[in-house]
Amino acid sequence: MPGGTVAEIQAVRPGEPLAETAGVSAVARLASLPGVSTASGVAASAVHAQTTGRVLPVLPALAELLPWGGLRRGSTVAVHGSTSLLLALLAEATASGSWAAVVGIPRLGLVAARELGVEVGRLALVPRPGADFASATAALLDGVDLVATGPPGRFGGTQTARRLSARARNRGAVLLSLGPWPGAEVELRCGPVSWSGLGEGHGYLREREVVVDVAGRGAAARPFRASLLLPGPGGAVATAGAAARPSYAPAEGVKVG
Amino acid sequence: MSTAGLLTRPPRMLVLWCPDWPVVAAGVAAGLPAHLPAAVFAANRVVACSAIARAAGVRRDMRRREAQSRCPELAVFGEDQDRDARLFEPIVEAVEELVVGVEAVRPGVVAVPVSGASGYFGGEHRLVELLVDHVSGETGVECQIGVADGLFAATLAAHRSVLVEEGAAARFLAPLSVTELDQPDTGRAELVDLLRRLGLRTLGSFAALSERDVAGRFGSEGVLAHRLANGQDERPPHRRRPPPELFVTKTFDPPLERVDVAAFMGKTLAGRFHSGLSSRGLACTRLGIYATTERGEELSRIWRCAEPLTPEGIADRVRWQFEGWLRAGDGRRPTAGVSELRLEPEETVEGAALQLGLWQGGDGGEHTPEADRAARALVHVQGLLGPDSVFTAVPEGGRGPAERVRLVPWGDQRMPSDGHDASWPEQLPGLSPATVFEEPVPAFVTDAEGTEVSVTDRYALTGPPHQVSIEGGAARRVLAWAGPWPVLARWWAPEGRPTTGRVQVVLEGMSGAQSEVALLLNWQAKRSPLWTVEGMYD
Repeated sequence: MPGGTVAEIQAVRPGEPLAETAGVSAVARLASLPGVSTASGVAASAVHAQTTGRVLPVLPALAELLPWGGLRRGSTVAVHGSTSLLLALLAEATASGSWAAVVGIPRLGLVAARELGVEVGRLALVPRPGADFASATAALLDGVDLVATGPPGRFGGTQTARRLSARARNRGAVLLSLGPWPGAEVELRCGPVSWSGLGEGHGYLREREVVVDVAGRGAAARPFRASLLLPGPGGAVATAGAAARPSYAPAEGVKVG
Repeated sequence: MSTAGLLTRPPRMLVLWCPDWPVVAAGVAAGLPAHLPAAVFAANRVVACSAIARAAGVRRDMRRREAQSRCPELAVFGEDQDRDARLFEPIVEAVEELVVGVEAVRPGVVAVPVSGASGYFGGEHRLVELLVDHVSGETGVECQIGVADGLFAATLAAHRSVLVEEGAAARFLAPLSVTELDQPDTGRAELVDLLRRLGLRTLGSFAALSERDVAGRFGSEGVLAHRLANGQDERPPHRRRPPPELFVTKTFDPPLERVDVAAFMGKTLAGRFHSGLSSRGLACTRLGIYATTERGEELSRIWRCAEPLTPEGIADRVRWQFEGWLRAGDGRRPTAGVSELRLEPEETVEGAALQLGLWQGGDGGEHTPEADRAARALVHVQGLLGPDSVFTAVPEGGRGPAERVRLVPWGDQRMPSDGHDASWPEQLPGLSPATVFEEPVPAFVTDAEGTEVSVTDRYALTGPPHQVSIEGGAARRVLAWAGPWPVLARWWAPEGRPTTGRVQVVLEGMSGAQSEVALLLNWQAKRSPLWTVEGMYD
């Protein structure tokens, strides 16, 4: 918002809550710089994108992890170290009518996918694309909203990865990868895990508390850490207790983009 | 004649009748010479007999014992309507060579509309002579022909080898017995019997009744018979047409070498193919694409589709198939360009089935724009990788994580089997692993003393597991464990699966860097290795 003042911001978006603290003038000065937008401005565009369908919904517990409150169409998301986190990202979108495809992950546990809330009737599987990984993934990006793949390293390397990311951007699909993906906009990394429910010869695996680190580029360039129950009670995803609320420094309320 | 009379007069028909057809067919099938007496029996009663047998006193509805007592050398055949129909087909074809619009009424009787053919061949007499000669010359079967207004009158005329003049059908029918109404397959025996007992012995006397009275006393069945007795037709005849050639072929000169050219050709061919099908009320659900290259290589691929194919769908599949063929790797690629392309409907559905699919999708699928878009993309991938490369999952009943789901190739029916949501005994409680290994990974499970853990006959572990090493890797300490959950399925069958059991473990992280990991281990008696990793909760 180049050259804007607080008053103007208020006039443009009357519904926005504005901080009435001593920091206002500093924020306003920063916000008036070209190419700088306030955190609330970022949030507002995220809400706008959600309502216009440019963001595919995710489970409420995962929404706060992602910079747009969901999976923005055209983006590439890399998931490290957890198949269930990848499946959980597909859950809400497939349940609300989008189609998803999984390419090159033959070990996918489909019963677990169902337990996490994925509508498996809208989940297509291409377990062994072989040498045609890139063309098969590109064909799927044309028609399917979410395409999850194995790491591209085995299939074609950085060049292929960038081409596929561009294809996803062009077609408005979301590309998710299990493992590193060169040029991913958002990276979700599963950190330390602790299981509960299993004892010394009794009980059964019930829930897992996991710390997810979010990093990325552009709008996702704020380090972020949250604690999740993945899977939580009954197989679904839940936010871990209030003690583990996400936290990030207040100084990061203004982002440069 | 009034206008109404003109409108209701049935079309002039020629009926070709092969007398005693079941006997003739049976005799031909058995190789019996025609001069020997023969009869066809159903339920121990004569259905049809040859003229020689009839001369010896055999009649319809006679018991076999009685028929054989009158004619001891009688050849006895069982009734077989398939045989009758099969052997009658050459006769229908022979008639079809001369005239069009042939309708096979039943085996032994063929009807032809006369108007066009008699003009072409120069009169009805000439046509009848030609047909009798042609049929006996082509097939060696004797037949009789009658011509009259309407199928019923023409059939009776054929029994008598009569050509009834135009408009004289009622006069021709009037003196005939009312029992003629009871033709095979009409089920009017009861009505005819009743008419006879009422004193109506000829068709003329029945026809003289007013239609209103007949309707009041005999209902719609009676009205139909009354119309026939009057020389009117009960329904317009259904023309038999030559079996349609549904496939389309195109030859290319110069041969096709490039995908874009093939796609363009495929588009026009697909349009022709689809309109050929839809003009007959059909739609294609399995499409065969056959190509011949210049050097004579034959390429073929059958496409299954849950939905009837549209022209665009057909064109897409032709293009994708060409992509698959012409862009294949060395060795799999045809050595020359495609010179001939043929599209064949391997399986068709009728228009009615097609409409059902429009509303509710008979396969349980959905019809949103997203689903249609996804379906096109998945079929495209099938074009690249082959039909058995794209799957969807269908829930299934079972115990292990891999058994509880079945992969169905895209395009096949996606119906969950019965009992997929029932509760299964010995099913694993709680969560399912997010990673299920296709090839079980060997593992080595030891207790605190370092001996390998096993499962006893009472389904208890021989000792608490202490360390697990996977694929010969470093041993990792067990933090928590539970089980075993035994699977005793098919223990009674000698070749059945041996007893297995499942154990959940949580392993300590490696050297502090990795965090703890939960695994589903699988134990199977008398197997080497004893333990495998079935899944990972990651």
